[in-house]
Amino acid sequence: MSQNTRRAVLRALPLAMVSALALSTPLAAQEEPVTIGYAVSKSGPNATGAGITTIPNYELWVKEVNEAGGLEMPDGTRRPIEVVEYDDRSSAEDLVRAIERLATQDKVDLILPPWGTGGNLAIAPLMDRFGYPQLAVTSVTDMAPEFAKRWDRSFWMLGGGHDYATALVETLAAAKEAGTINDKVAMISVADGFGIDLVKAARPAFEEAGFELVYDESYPLGTSDFAAILNEVQGSGADSFVAFSYPPGSFGVTKQTMTTGYNPKVFYIGVGGAFPIYGKITEGKQEGVMSIGGVDAMSPAVEEYFAKHTEVIGNPPDSWASAITYASLEMLEEAVKRVGLDHEALAAEISTGTFDTVIGEVTLEDNQLRKLWWVGQWQGEHFVAVSPADRDGAAAPVIPKPEW
Amino acid sequence: MMYILSALGLAALAVLPMVFGDYGTGMLVGLAGYVTLATSWAMFSGPTRYISLATVAFFGVGAYTVAVLNEVLPYPLVLLAAAGIGATMALLVGLSTLRLAGIYFVIFTFGLAELVRQLITWFEVNVTGTLGRYIFLDLEAKHIYWQLLALGAATLALSAWIRRSRLGLALRVIGDDETVAAHSGINLARTKLVLFVASSTIITLVGAIQAPRWVYVEPSIVFNPTVSFLTVIMALLGGATRLWGPLCGAVPLFLLFEWLSARFPDHFSILLGLMFMAVVYALPDGVLAALERFRHRGKEGNGTSAPKPAKEANA
Repeated sequence: MSQNTRRAVLRALPLAMVSALALSTPLAAQEEPVTIGYAVSKSGPNATGAGITTIPNYELWVKEVNEAGGLEMPDGTRRPIEVVEYDDRSSAEDLVRAIERLATQDKVDLILPPWGTGGNLAIAPLMDRFGYPQLAVTSVTDMAPEFAKRWDRSFWMLGGGHDYATALVETLAAAKEAGTINDKVAMISVADGFGIDLVKAARPAFEEAGFELVYDESYPLGTSDFAAILNEVQGSGADSFVAFSYPPGSFGVTKQTMTTGYNPKVFYIGVGGAFPIYGKITEGKQEGVMSIGGVDAMSPAVEEYFAKHTEVIGNPPDSWASAITYASLEMLEEAVKRVGLDHEALAAEISTGTFDTVIGEVTLEDNQLRKLWWVGQWQGEHFVAVSPADRDGAAAPVIPKPEW
Repeated sequence: MMYILSALGLAALAVLPMVFGDYGTGMLVGLAGYVTLATSWAMFSGPTRYISLATVAFFGVGAYTVAVLNEVLPYPLVLLAAAGIGATMALLVGLSTLRLAGIYFVIFTFGLAELVRQLITWFEVNVTGTLGRYIFLDLEAKHIYWQLLALGAATLALSAWIRRSRLGLALRVIGDDETVAAHSGINLARTKLVLFVASSTIITLVGAIQAPRWVYVEPSIVFNPTVSFLTVIMALLGGATRLWGPLCGAVPLFLLFEWLSARFPDHFSILLGLMFMAVVYALPDGVLAALERFRHRGKEGNGTSAPKPAKEANA
C-alpha cells in the first residue's frame, strides 16, 4: 500500500514539476493585465435582456481575447483581460454606485456598458465625468444625437424607435405598391417606453404612405391573453398585422395567432422575434415572420460569429443586438490596438476610425452607428435583414407570408 | 448635552463626502437613503405592526414627480410638490385601507405599487404620449447625500418625538390590542392615518431626492419592488419597534448586499430570500432585542433561565 503510494508520488512528481514550469513561464513573461469592469443586471426584471444580448457577448469576447494572449497594445505587446463584474440587480441606484466603484475604487482601465436604455442613460453623466468612453449598444432612443453631443465620449449604436417604425412602413408600402397587400393595417403596441416610441413614429408614417389604420390599440406590459384583441384584428380586414410588442408578449401574440388560425399576409412583432428561441415558440413555423433587426445571413463573418457563440455560450445569439454588441467590442479592441488605453485618444479613435467587424465595416456618424438593419424576416434557418432594402446583404421580403 | 452631541455627530457625517471618494459618497447616498426609508417605514409599521409593502409606491411617486416637474419648477418647489403629492396619496390610501387588518393590508400595499405604476403608465401612454422622462439636474452625489442626511436626521428626530408624545403611546396601545385601544378612547383611524401620512411623505421625499442620480426615469425603473422588500427586511432586522432599530438593520444589510453584489454577482435573489427567512425565524424582534436578551442572560449567569422575551411575534 505504502509502496504503491510512494510510486504514485514518484510518478506524479515529474508531471507536477513540468506543469509548475508550464504555469510559471507565461506568468513570468506576462504583462500586467488590463482591467475591464462592467455592472449588468444578473437579477431583477432586466436580467433576461442582459442574459440574452449583453453578458454572453462580453464573456465570449473576453475569452477569445485572452485565448489569443490578451488585448494588443500599440507596441505589439499583449495584455490579458481581467474582468471586474457587479450585479446591478436591475436598480438604477445600484448601477450608478457600481460605476462609481469601478471608476474610483477598482480604477479599471475600461468600463463596458450595462444592458438597456435606462441603464445607459443613468451612467452616461458619470462615464462622462470620469472620462471613460461609453459604447452604449443596447439603447434605442430617438434622442441619441442630443446625447452624443451632451456626453462627447458616448456612442449610441442601436438607432431610435423612429428608425425602426419608418423602415417597417417603407417595407410595407413597397408591398402595397406591388399589389401584394391591401392598404389596411392592424396595429397593437405595448404600453411601455419602447412600444410607445415605435407607435408614435409609425402612426404618421403609415398615414403618409397611404395606409389606413383599421385597428390601433395599446395593451399593458405583462398582458398574456390576446384573444380578444386578435378577434377584433381578425375581423378588421387588414392584410398586415403589426405588434410593437415586448417579450414575453411577443411570444404570446405569436402562439395565440397560430392557435386561432389567423393568417395575415404580414405578421410583424417587436422585441423577441429575432431571439433564437423564436423557432421553438412557433414549433418551426416561423417562416415569414417579420421583426426588428436581422443579420446578413450570407456574410461569412456573421456565420462564423453564430458558430462561435453557439459553441462557447451553448446557444446561438439573437439576430438583432447581439452582433452589434460583439461588433462594439471588436471596435474597442481595435481602437486599443491603434491608440492604447488613454481614454481621450480612445474616444477620438472610436468616433472617427473605421473598423472591420462582424457586421461589416463600421464608421460612426456623429458618435452613432447608423448602418443598421431595421427590419428582418425569418427565411429558412435565419432571421435575415430585409430593410434597408438597398443595402448590400439585404434579402427580399417574402410577402405574403406563408400560412402557419 | 444631547442636542450638542447630535449636532456634532451630524456635522461629522456631513463632512464624510470630503473624506471619501466618489464611490464612498455613492455608498453614503445608498446608506442614508435606506436608513431614512427603514426609519420612516418603522415609524408607522413598527408600533402598529401593519407590514406595509407600499414603500416603493411612494418612493416611485417621488421620483416621478421630480422627473415630470424638474424642467418647469425650481428644485425646492419640486421637492415640496413631491411631498404634497405623497401626503395626498397617503391620505387617500390611508382613509380607504387602514381599516383592513393584518394580511389584507400587506396584500393591498403590495398591490398599491403596481396600481400606481399602471396608472402612471396609462396616463403617459394615453395623455402625454411619452414614457420615460429625463432629469437633467446639476446635482452631484454629495448634494444628494446632504439632502438625504438632513431628511434622515429629521426622520429620527420626528420618530423620537412621536415616541414620547401621546400619539406614540396611543400607537403602542393600538399595536398591542386594537379593541382595548378603542375602548380607552383612542381614535384608531385618525391616529393610524396621521402616522401613515407622515411616514409615506418621508418615503416620497427619499425617492424625489434620489431620482436625479438616474437621469432617465420610467415606471419600471422607479417602481422596483426590491426597494419595498429591502426596506422591510432592514427595519425588521434591526427591530422595528425601536428608535435606532431600523438604522442598525439598514447599515449592516446595505453593506452586506454591496459586498455580495461584488462577491456573488450571480446569487443575489437566493441570498435575499435566505436572509428574509433568517430574520423572520431567528430574529423575530430584531438584532437589538436579541442583543439585549443576550446581555441579560450573561448577567444572570447560566443557572437561571432568561426572562421570557416580549411575545411580539404573535401579534
